[in-house]
Amino acid sequence: MSRYIPATAEDRRRMLEYLGVGSIDDLFSGIPEKVRQKNLPDLPKALPEAEMIRDLRKLAGSNRNADDLPCFLGAGVYDHFIPAAVDSVVSRGEFTTSYTPYQPEVAQGTLQAIFQYQTMVCELTGMEVSNASMYDGASAAAEAAVLAASAVKKSRILWGRNVNPQTRDVLRTYCWSRKLDHTELPAENGRIDAKALESALADGDAAALVVQSPSFFGTIEDLKSLAETVHGAGALLIVSTDLLALGLLEAPGKLGADIVAGDGQSVGNAMSFGGPAFGFIAVSKPLMRKMPGRICGQTVDSKGRRTFVLTLQAREQHIRREKATSNICSNQNLCIVAASVYLSLMGPAGLREIGEQIIAKTEYAVGQLEKTGKFRRAFPGVPSFRETALLCDEPVDELNRRLLDAGIIGGYSIEPRYPDLKNGWLLAVTESRTKEEIDRLAAVAGGDA
Amino acid sequence: MARTMETLFESSRPGRKGYALPELDVPVVDCGSVLEGFCREKAPRLPEMAEVDVVRHFTRLSKLNYSVDEGFYPLGSCTMKYNPKINEAAARMPGFARIHPLQPEETVQGALRLMYDLSAMLAEITGMDAVTLQPAAGAHGEQTGLMMIKAWHESRGDTKRTKVIVPDSAHGTNPASATVTGFGTVEVASDADGMVDLESLKSLMDDSVAALMLTNPNTLGIFEKHILELTETVHRAGGLVYYDGANANAIMGKTRPGDMGFDVLHLNLHKTFSTPHGGGGPGSGAVGVKAELEPFLPAPVVVLRDGRYALAGESERPRTIGRVRSFFGNFGVLVRAYTYIRTLGPEGIREVSEMAVLNANYLAKRLSGIYPLAHRGHCMHEFVLNGGPLKHETGVSSMDVAKALIDAGYHPPTVYFPLIVPEALMVEPTETESRETLDRFAETMEAIAAKARAEGPEAFHDLPVTTPVSRPDETTAARNPILRWQFEE
Repeated sequence: MSRYIPATAEDRRRMLEYLGVGSIDDLFSGIPEKVRQKNLPDLPKALPEAEMIRDLRKLAGSNRNADDLPCFLGAGVYDHFIPAAVDSVVSRGEFTTSYTPYQPEVAQGTLQAIFQYQTMVCELTGMEVSNASMYDGASAAAEAAVLAASAVKKSRILWGRNVNPQTRDVLRTYCWSRKLDHTELPAENGRIDAKALESALADGDAAALVVQSPSFFGTIEDLKSLAETVHGAGALLIVSTDLLALGLLEAPGKLGADIVAGDGQSVGNAMSFGGPAFGFIAVSKPLMRKMPGRICGQTVDSKGRRTFVLTLQAREQHIRREKATSNICSNQNLCIVAASVYLSLMGPAGLREIGEQIIAKTEYAVGQLEKTGKFRRAFPGVPSFRETALLCDEPVDELNRRLLDAGIIGGYSIEPRYPDLKNGWLLAVTESRTKEEIDRLAAVAGGDA
Repeated sequence: MARTMETLFESSRPGRKGYALPELDVPVVDCGSVLEGFCREKAPRLPEMAEVDVVRHFTRLSKLNYSVDEGFYPLGSCTMKYNPKINEAAARMPGFARIHPLQPEETVQGALRLMYDLSAMLAEITGMDAVTLQPAAGAHGEQTGLMMIKAWHESRGDTKRTKVIVPDSAHGTNPASATVTGFGTVEVASDADGMVDLESLKSLMDDSVAALMLTNPNTLGIFEKHILELTETVHRAGGLVYYDGANANAIMGKTRPGDMGFDVLHLNLHKTFSTPHGGGGPGSGAVGVKAELEPFLPAPVVVLRDGRYALAGESERPRTIGRVRSFFGNFGVLVRAYTYIRTLGPEGIREVSEMAVLNANYLAKRLSGIYPLAHRGHCMHEFVLNGGPLKHETGVSSMDVAKALIDAGYHPPTVYFPLIVPEALMVEPTETESRETLDRFAETMEAIAAKARAEGPEAFHDLPVTTPVSRPDETTAARNPILRWQFEE
C-alpha cells in the first residue's frame, strides 16, 4: 500500500468480509467486462520520497531561475520581491487543504479573507464591487467583455492592439465561442488611436472597449478621455490593469471605468512559469448582479454576530445551471490570500514606494541603455510604468543570447507579434533589480562587456 | 476555535508598516513628472500593520477554517483526499517557482519536460491520445473541451449542431459550460436506478446534437452500465461524447474513458491527483482528447523535437481553438500532480481507486441502516443518502444533519446535490481515510439520527454551537449586499 493510504491488509480483509464480497474486483463488477482494464497503466515505477525529491531537484535544476539570473522579462509576469510571511501564511493547511466555503460556519477564515480581498481590490481599482477572483488577467478581461455584451445587449467588442497579445488571444477565443464580433484598433505612439476608436464606435454596435493601462508596452492610457468617448457611444469601458501599478496610478474607477479586470501576479504570487496567480474583476454597482464567479458578503448569524457568506449565488452555475452568468466554479482562492497578506504588509505607503523605486530604476536603466547609442524609446514622450518598449540596433534574439551568456534574462522580443516594431525589445524593471544588475545589463547590451 | 475576528481594516493604524525595501541605489526621480497627470489623488485604504500583526491576523483567520489536515472531509464529488506534503515542497523549488514563462526554451527544459511527461501520464491513465494542461479549473476544462467539439463540427462543415445533452443528475458546471460555449442544453432523464435512460437518450438524438456530457461514475456514485451503448448511440448520430472527470478517482487503473468511447474529457487535478483545493482554487482542469481532436487543442502545445522540448504555437497549429488563458496553465499545480503520480507509480494509482471504492462501499453499508441509499448494489467512490425519510419522520432536514456533524468535528457531506434525490447527502470518503475514521463517522451519523428521533427538529435549529459563528442570515446578505468593508468617512 502507498504511504498515503492507511488501510492495512487486515483492514481490507475485514472490510471485504463485512461487505460479503470475495475481492475488491467484485466491487467493480458494474463496469462492463469489455472495458475493464486488464493491465496496470504504463507509468514509471513508484518513487519513495527521498528519491522523488532527488529527481525533482534534478528536473528543477535544469531550469535557470531568477534566483540565479537577474530577470528583465515582463510581458505579463514580473519578478517582484515576496516577503517570507506571505508563503508562511499560505502554507498553512487550514488555508491550503480546505474546500470552497460552502459551509460558512467552518470556513469563516477563507470567507473573511475573501471579503478583505474584495475590499482591497475595490480600494485599488476605485470600483464598488469585486468578486472572489478569476483564473488570470487574460480570462478576466474576456469574462468582462462577455459581461459588457450582456449588459448593454450589443455584440461587438473593441480592443487596442497594445493590449497584451495573450489577452487578445483569449479575447478572440471567448468571442468566437460566445458568438461576439470584435475589432482590433491600431495603436498610435503606444496608445489606442483615438480616430480609429471614434470610427469604430460610429457603427453603433460596440458593447465595450477593452483598454490596457499600463498597456502591454508599459504606456499609460488617458482613461478619462477614453471613457468619455466610449460612453458617448453607449458602450462600456473595460480597463485591464495591474494591482501593483495601482499603488501609484489613479484608480480607473475614478476615471470612468465600468469594469476593471486584470492580473494579480504582481502582488505576492511567484512567477511559477506563468501560474498559478489570479485574475480580478471589479464593477460598478449596476453591473453587480451580472458579475461572474463567487462573491462574499457580510451578514449576521442567528445571534447577531458579524458573519461572512458566499452571496448573490443566484448568478452562479450550481444554482442557475445553463442560465448562470458564467461557468466559473473553482477560482484562484489561495492566490488571493497570498495577495491579501502581501498588500497588508505593504500597505499604501509600501505599494507607493515600490512604484517609485520602479520608476527611478526604469529611468536609470533606460538612460544607461540610451547612453550606449544602441537603444531608443519606441514611444518617446509617453509616460509608462515598469515596462519600456525600446528599439535596438540589432536583432533582439542576438541581444538576448549575449545577455543570457552573461547570466542575464533579457527583455521580451516584441517584433514577432508587432512586425512594425522592428528589433523591438520590452524591458521590465522591477524594484528587485539593483543598480549593479542594470549596469551589467547596459554594459553587455551596449557591447562593452 | 477562535472567536470572530477584527478585520484588517479595523486593526490598521496610520504609520505602521510591515515592509522594508532596500535603499534606492539609483538617482531619485520625481514620479509626478514621469507619470504626468496619471498619479493617484487619494491613497488606497489598504491596511497599515506591522508584520507580526499581519501574521497573527491570518493565523487566527486560518483557525476559523476546517481542513483536510484537521480531519475527515467527506464532501461528495469534491474528492477531499489528503494532499501529500512533498507536493508542496516540489512546487516551491526555485527551479519551478522562480522561472518566467517567457524565458528562452533552452532555459526551461525541465519545466517543459515535466509538462510533457505529465500530459503523457494523464493520457495513459485515461486512454486518451493527447492532453492539454492549459485550463485553470474543472469548469474551464469543460469549456475548453466543448470549444474543441464545436471547432471539430465546424471543421466538417457541420453547423447544425447547436445542442449539448446533459443528464438531470449532472454538476451545474455542465449546462453552464454549454451556455458559455454557445450551445443550448437539453436534459436527459435518469432511470429508476439513477442511470441515463438509454431510450430517452435515443429519442433525443438527431443532427442538432453536438455532444453528450457525462460523469461516470455519475453523481450517484454508480457506473453507467450501458456506457458502451450510450457512447455508441451518440456517435451513430454524429455527435461526440464528453467525460466529466470529476469522479475519476473511482476508476484509475480499473477502466479508461478512452476505452469506453469518450472523445474528450477533463480531469480535476485538484481532486483526483491530490493537489490542494486552497479554499476554492487554484485547481487545474487538464483536458484529454482522441487523436481526431488533437489539432484543435489550445496553443501552445509542448512537443519533443530532436531530444529538446519546445512550444508549438498558433503558427504551427492552424486549427487550434486558440488560447483559453495566458501561458501554460497553473504550472505550480501541475508540479504537484506530477509528483503525486510519480510517488504512486502504476500499482499505487490503481490502489487509490480500489481503496476509494472499498471505503465508500464499507461506509455506505454502515450507514444504510439509518438512511436509505439512493443506489442499489455496489457504489463506486461515493454514494448518496436519501435524507427524505428522516425529515418526513422527524422534521430534521439534511441541512440540520450537516450542522450537527460540524459540532461532532466533521466537515459535512455535500447537501442537496444531486438534485434528483430528495434531501440528498452525498458522501465521498476517499482512499486516504482509515477504517476507524469511517467507523467513528458512521457512529456519529447513527447518534444524530437517534437524536432527531428523540428530540425533534427544535434540538437542531441552533446548531452548530461549537463554531465561531452559527447559521448565517443568508437572505439579508443577498437582499442588502455588503460586499466590502465600509470605512467610516
